[in-house]
Amino acid sequence: MATAAAAGAHEAHEHAHYTTTGLNHRKIAMWAFIGSECMLFGSLISTYLVYKGRSVVGPFPHEAWTSPTGQVFKPILNIPVTSASTFVLLMSSLFMVLALAAVENKGKPGYEGLLGSSKFWLAATAAAGATFLGFQAYEFTSFVHEGLTIKTNLFGSSFFTLTGFHGTHVAVGVLWLMTMLFIDMKRGLQPKDAINIDIMALYWHFVDVVWIIIFALVYLIK
Amino acid sequence: MSTDRVHADHVHEHPTWKQYKWVALWLFIITVAEVWAYYIPALVNSKAFVPSILLMMVVKFTIVVMFYMHLKYDHHLFRKLFTGPLTIAGITLVAFLFLFGKL
Repeated sequence: MATAAAAGAHEAHEHAHYTTTGLNHRKIAMWAFIGSECMLFGSLISTYLVYKGRSVVGPFPHEAWTSPTGQVFKPILNIPVTSASTFVLLMSSLFMVLALAAVENKGKPGYEGLLGSSKFWLAATAAAGATFLGFQAYEFTSFVHEGLTIKTNLFGSSFFTLTGFHGTHVAVGVLWLMTMLFIDMKRGLQPKDAINIDIMALYWHFVDVVWIIIFALVYLIK
Repeated sequence: MSTDRVHADHVHEHPTWKQYKWVALWLFIITVAEVWAYYIPALVNSKAFVPSILLMMVVKFTIVVMFYMHLKYDHHLFRKLFTGPLTIAGITLVAFLFLFGKL
């Protein structure tokens, strides 16, 4: 009787997590959310591109500018620093898939030691995400010191809005990663928890692909 | 039935560690090529610069989505949920650029 009740509860639990398509409903929801995020970032990138080159006053992203008072502003974008932060974010995506593989294959041969540890890869991903945020904080601070704020010109408004939204998404991802790392340290993530890491990984990789677009359209194309 | 449900979104195998590392290497190489192109004035001033940067961007985007987000291996519904809104976003972007005289 108790076993039947438990089996019923288990079945109900599975019904709560899997749809008639046989797919996990949280994973479907995450893909739908990512779809909506595509449109959000599509609108922000469109706004940036529409306003590109229409700022009346500087500083400008790729060209030097002399103000009416004679003050000279150099091109504001720092490509070497942003290239380094791009590399860090790309590597974080590698760390993320290795964390997922470590959780999915926990206990299997080849997944022992530090390189098979989900804790190590989750911590590495969170650290890479935090490093990216550090680069962005440095970039924003240096821009403000060089005279570019969100109110300075159209470039400043669209640039800070676009990259600020992206940075906020990275910050949310880092908090999510640290939460999963805490759970892993507390009770240990098992293969049955892989779906939770899979969903988090989808979000993290999406943040990465958005940056791939921003890096090319905002930083590299003059 | 319930077993089918549990495993439906894990039917296809994910890439191996070796494949993940190859993907990371390609992403790194393409990023280096993008930045390298930025520092060659002759290339930046040529008509090939913007298309080449856009092409490399699309290749990187596709690699991450197909291999790291497992869209190549996962259920086709996920692909539709992603490519549908992505197409709308792309059309919106092109429409705005056209409307504001950027194309």
